[in-house]
Amino acid sequence: MNNEGRPTTPVAINSNERLTVSGSKGLDQAVNLIFEIGTPRRTGVDLPEPKGRASRLGGQERTGEIGLPGLSEPETMRHYVRLSQKNYAIDLGIYPLGSCTMKHNPRLNEKVARMPGFADVHPLQPTSTVQGALELMHQLSHWLMTLCNMPAVALTPKAGAHGELCGMMAIRARLDADGQSQRRRVLVPESAHGTNPATAVQCGFTVDEIPASGDGRVNLDALREKLKESDDVAGIMLTNPNTCGLFERDIVEIADLIHGAGGYFYCDGANFNALVGRVRPGDLGVDAMHINLHKTFSTPHGGGGPGSGPTVLSDALKDFAPLPFVVKDADGFRLVEHEGGEAEGSFGRMCAFHGQMGMYSRALTYMMSHGSDGLKQATEDAVLNANYIQSSLSDVMTVAFEGTCMHEALFDDRFLKDTGVDTLDFAKAMIDEGYHPMTMYFPLVVHGAMLIEPTESESKGELDRFILTMRSLAERAKAGEAESFKQAPVYAPMRRLDETKAARNPVLRWTPPVEE
Amino acid sequence: MRYLPLNENDRVAMLDVIGAKSIDYLFQDVPEKARLETLVDLPKHQSEQAIERHMAKLSAKSVSAGSVPFFCGAGAYKHHIPATVDHLIQRSEFLTAYTPYQPEISQGTLQALFEFQTQVALLTGMDVANASMYDGSTACAEAVVMAKRVTRKSRAILAPGLHPHYAAATQTLASTLDIQIDERDCRPGRDDHVIDHINDDTACVVVQSPNVFGEIIDLAPIAEKAHKHKALLIAVFTEPVALGAIKSPGEQGADIVVGEGQGLGVGLNFGGPHVGLFACTKKLVRQMPGRLCGETVDANGERGFVLTLSTREQHIRREKATSNICTNSGLCCLAFTIHMSLLGDAGLKRLAALNHEAACHLADVIDGIHGAEVMNESFFNEFTVKLNKPAADVVEALAKKGVLGGVPVSRLTEGNEDLLLVCATETSSEEDIHAFEKALTEVLS
Repeated sequence: MNNEGRPTTPVAINSNERLTVSGSKGLDQAVNLIFEIGTPRRTGVDLPEPKGRASRLGGQERTGEIGLPGLSEPETMRHYVRLSQKNYAIDLGIYPLGSCTMKHNPRLNEKVARMPGFADVHPLQPTSTVQGALELMHQLSHWLMTLCNMPAVALTPKAGAHGELCGMMAIRARLDADGQSQRRRVLVPESAHGTNPATAVQCGFTVDEIPASGDGRVNLDALREKLKESDDVAGIMLTNPNTCGLFERDIVEIADLIHGAGGYFYCDGANFNALVGRVRPGDLGVDAMHINLHKTFSTPHGGGGPGSGPTVLSDALKDFAPLPFVVKDADGFRLVEHEGGEAEGSFGRMCAFHGQMGMYSRALTYMMSHGSDGLKQATEDAVLNANYIQSSLSDVMTVAFEGTCMHEALFDDRFLKDTGVDTLDFAKAMIDEGYHPMTMYFPLVVHGAMLIEPTESESKGELDRFILTMRSLAERAKAGEAESFKQAPVYAPMRRLDETKAARNPVLRWTPPVEE
Repeated sequence: MRYLPLNENDRVAMLDVIGAKSIDYLFQDVPEKARLETLVDLPKHQSEQAIERHMAKLSAKSVSAGSVPFFCGAGAYKHHIPATVDHLIQRSEFLTAYTPYQPEISQGTLQALFEFQTQVALLTGMDVANASMYDGSTACAEAVVMAKRVTRKSRAILAPGLHPHYAAATQTLASTLDIQIDERDCRPGRDDHVIDHINDDTACVVVQSPNVFGEIIDLAPIAEKAHKHKALLIAVFTEPVALGAIKSPGEQGADIVVGEGQGLGVGLNFGGPHVGLFACTKKLVRQMPGRLCGETVDANGERGFVLTLSTREQHIRREKATSNICTNSGLCCLAFTIHMSLLGDAGLKRLAALNHEAACHLADVIDGIHGAEVMNESFFNEFTVKLNKPAADVVEALAKKGVLGGVPVSRLTEGNEDLLLVCATETSSEEDIHAFEKALTEVLS
């Protein structure tokens, strides 16, 4: 994720660029909107003529034009290929977004996900006809539970934030079952992802922020203070490694403290890529943790989704898992879909069907490809790559906290002090150098944060080129070249966009031009 | 390992730069008792060929929809997807891009979202649509929460014909947010009754059309009554193709429209990923959950697109956000918009007409079978059949005969054991329908 979010209005620029008649610039093709290309009468799909039988639509027939433009197949192909070429992508270069784990997306995953027994099965077919799909879900569960050393996993959550909701709902259900409904306060470190407080509130909890200590970790004394003589704490939501890229050294003690106070430990698993095969959340006292299959286990981000957020649960919470879930018995695999019986404690259903099958097949394919040995190596390489970047840049940029990091390196903007260049400018200058910027202005505990997560997918050569570029940018900023930073990006398909205008006067859809 | 570019020499050299003796040094913050000394108890790495073989075997253990006469719907629909769609969504630049937070190098995703939002708004007859939700059911749940924010009232009425999974997902979210949901009796032919329950305490009334039983509901009188009591009408659909044939919820007065978009461009996928659609009137837009893409200009004055109104969202507003959602259904909404661009008005309407025609034909065939009776007064491509035997048993028996013959209502909600939901689409051939007729006749006799 990226927590920039600050509306920006770009400075006016003096462009000496020569304009072309077509609007294209070589391979950078101009693209109109589909509404400017197609017409409602054109279509790119050949369908037989309906026979015109009697209508049984109950007098609710749609009349008149909907206004949807149709494109022929070649127009469609060209439109979307041109659009695609305006995107950055992992397959193009390093995508160092901290907290996002933009690793290589193997194409074997795509091939497997499209196998008919996974892609072309209906969620409500008789379970006797979907045994392979259920077996895959069961195998995936086994891998996730083993990697986490946790006794249960709820597969259905459809994304990381949905997994957070799952874990917090389970905690709430457990508290209510124990007659502890007064426990409605959730502790969240100030460095947390925005989803954490938003999730807590969506579950009907209140949020109480814990300050960070000087070393970028949870302030234990502040935590003890918050728990003192209280009977209203439901739990804590903690990311580990945390959003500063640091392992919470006191995590076992934190877990003990929260359990001792009658609460539960929700771990945000966004940074699990730093732990897989080396540390198991179950050994740290975690009660619930979502796993972003689209981060740690290589399912594609797809320009913003779909994600998948299976959530592992401890013994204390497993009986409260959402519906549906897969059970294996003597006759094979079956689904528990209704409340009551063996799902007596379940807090209910989170979505229409069984979660993100298309992501399960990809993630399991990835995990089996790596195996226990490869997963551990991937984790080590991810941590090694991040530390290599941190060490190689520590003399020209300012590392936010001393010591080694885990899978991401956090810098602040002290090195830009008095240069006239800010974190946003620095990020935009990276675009001109052919790199997607790192996560910026997050976490909030650091001024002008730059959070770099290279993942294990980068070679040493690629990292060395990246480091060289970052060093050069830092030196240019210090050398007083602020103006060129303010102009950046120059070599992207677009110059800086006016986000203030977009928010002030929202244009959220195309409308036909008014005829004069 | 084929996914890892570093070799041993690289690792040694890099550790040297860091000043670490071994990789263990980088994990020194992990408490000793939690350090794994051995590999986890899972199989070691395998070749591409070995994995493919394993997965192909698993895949073969299921009966795929395309391999048999197939008539299941109830929230997920089998349609033909043009080859262009799957090719385009596998372009690296779409598949392996992140959320478009850096608009200068994300215009591809952003413009596609802007076009998608416009298509959804047109299809639903609403002013604006967002960049999609996880699926139709979570969109429905979020809409009810939004209605509470908008109306500052907390009583929600869910129509009897709302898909039971949608009702359940809504109940789950509502249960922690002090939203009271009226008891409902999920049976056919009761949706009109919601009108009698609307009063000044009502925040919203949620009505699905075509409903889970396939019946098409006249939303206009419900909207009128809701508005009289300052309540919102949330209109729901599970089959987007239906909107090519029936009146849009917008023209009937809906305030929020949510639905499942899977039927266009997205495969069955055993239930996910799918794509939730979410549209509303202009005046409600700032209370909307989810991502929104908007038009703007760049520093050269050229038209471009950005994610906007993010002050509603969790990464800015944290505990004050309209939702905790941090994603959309990116690739699925791309597939939807590509399929819709190929179809256009003319193609969508023809596709819808073919679906309706296939369903009308199937309904006539089933009505002619002893022990089966079509219950609907109206329907689009799906309807309810009353059987002389428990539907779950019938479906099992049909499966043994190589026909996937619909979804028993009891699979969705308890009770209604004798009701079967049956769906026909443009993919249902004459041979398929004939095979279904023969098998059902045998099973019911």
